[in-house]
Amino acid sequence: MKKESQVPVWRAMGSTPAPATAREAMPVLIVGAGPVGLTIALDLAQRGNRVTIVNRLDFVSAGSKAICFAKRSLDIWGRLGVGAAIVGKGVVWETGKVFWGDKPEPIYQFDLLPVKNQKMPAFVNIQQYHVESILIDALACYDNVDIRWGHSVRDIEVGETGATVHVATGEAEYFVDADWVIACDGARSTVRTTMGLDFEGRVFEDNFLIADIKMTGDRPSERWFWFDPPFNPGQSALLHKQPDDVWRLDFQLGWGIDREEAMKPENVEPYVRAMLGQDVVFEREWYSIYTFQCRRMTRFVHGPVIFAGDAAHLVSPFGARGCNGGIADADNLCWKLDLVLRGAGPTTLLESYNVEAIATADENILHSSRSTDFMSPKDAPATALRDAVLELASRYPFARPMVNSGRLSTAVNYAVSPLSTADEDGDWAGLSPGMPALDGPLDGGWLLDQVGTEFALLTNGIEYQGMKNLDLSVSPILCERFDLSPGAAYLIRPDQIVAGRWRHPDQNKIEAARQRASGLVS
Amino acid sequence: MSRIKLEPNIDRPDDLYAQIVGLTSGLDETHAFARQARLILLLANQIGDVDVITQLIRLAAQRDELGQKLADSEAF
Repeated sequence: MKKESQVPVWRAMGSTPAPATAREAMPVLIVGAGPVGLTIALDLAQRGNRVTIVNRLDFVSAGSKAICFAKRSLDIWGRLGVGAAIVGKGVVWETGKVFWGDKPEPIYQFDLLPVKNQKMPAFVNIQQYHVESILIDALACYDNVDIRWGHSVRDIEVGETGATVHVATGEAEYFVDADWVIACDGARSTVRTTMGLDFEGRVFEDNFLIADIKMTGDRPSERWFWFDPPFNPGQSALLHKQPDDVWRLDFQLGWGIDREEAMKPENVEPYVRAMLGQDVVFEREWYSIYTFQCRRMTRFVHGPVIFAGDAAHLVSPFGARGCNGGIADADNLCWKLDLVLRGAGPTTLLESYNVEAIATADENILHSSRSTDFMSPKDAPATALRDAVLELASRYPFARPMVNSGRLSTAVNYAVSPLSTADEDGDWAGLSPGMPALDGPLDGGWLLDQVGTEFALLTNGIEYQGMKNLDLSVSPILCERFDLSPGAAYLIRPDQIVAGRWRHPDQNKIEAARQRASGLVS
Repeated sequence: MSRIKLEPNIDRPDDLYAQIVGLTSGLDETHAFARQARLILLLANQIGDVDVITQLIRLAAQRDELGQKLADSEAF
């Protein structure tokens, strides 16, 4: 574990004084002010709930963390009103190129936004600390949000209807009786370890050197990935642009290395020069060595304690599925917890968070494990097969889709969800229940900006009572994307997931589906 | 699900066998693996039907487990 003094400071927040009372009650305590905890706080606060966050450190840390944020996360942040700030600061990209050996042309290239005409780009690259800073500034506008910097969880006692959390700050200690505790305290989650909960999975025996460097120069904002390049023979490498002229360089190093030695500048810089040219001018931003794990908790909901983000699941970074997976958790959880907090949904609704967030985590772990296995084949036959894919891909199109340099994060389909109402008509194209609504142009704006934060109906020509209707008949693109025939309708959840759809809807069908999606019937 | 073929389906079996052996003859393991891997990928794409290939993969693995069981029983 890193020593505190080694964590670089991006933005000092200052230690928050201890509360006046040694024991206080609150509806929601969020542990961890990373991107996931902050996003959850913003979503719950905008829905009118009082939230408190405790964060162990009293600053936003710098260093090499998440940089790639996928369209789905941008859509979620768009709904929360911070999307424009994040996209505005970030580097937009949608093309990935894969190189092999010393061949100057890519052997494979992919476009991450095959469906055009959507508000948000496929990806933006932006340092995690910028995202956190933007979220912190947005939260400052809410007087129902209390962020406590430099407050760490010591212990937690879990009861039937709440948990008592022992918090320490400086010399002071206090207790919080929270109806709900949301643990977003990262891979080494104090809440998880204190509760003695499992965290099973695979550890990959490989080391990766991350060199974040500052340099000016004109290179495309694309993701460039190399297998077996001359500058890192037998291993892989990655080059990716971030804002502020910062570039992320990633070098696979193999297993049996001296990690402390390998991250010393005199050992890192030859790699940088080998990749970018001996005369490249650059400054060190941050150098570090990572190993990867793919693991998750068996359950994410433990009574009144709910886990989200890295605290609940870990993946390798190839595919940008770590932080994006955590933002998906936030999106899935908040409207449900809000319904429960307002007494409009049963506590059992949160079980659907457990089901859907685990489905997301499993998909992310599957893709991430496969990418890592492709990059670090385990034995001679696997190496031969991987090399055969690369070799054939350089010559023939058929092998190119098998080249796996990371399958980048896309929205996960909740194929099996207790909240979905199955199709009664068999002739649908479009988006099936459990899939996230696809964006598209609507009335001079965008669908996802207009669909709102409550249940909504997408209709074509017919109006229904009881909730917001968005008539898509003015947008042929959207009617095609949803396969929305005249008279048909889609019920969209508050997290913009399809709950049900009908060719011939009526008030009763729609209400029954809304109740199911609110956990009121099963 | 498509049926996999387990009856003879090749005109000149000896010629084909000789060609497959010839693909790797005289090579060390690394180079032999490389050629076999390329052949597997080319054949898989030629078949194209993932259901069929999945059945064939299972069959190939099953034969191996059977062989292992036989070897185990012989040890006693």
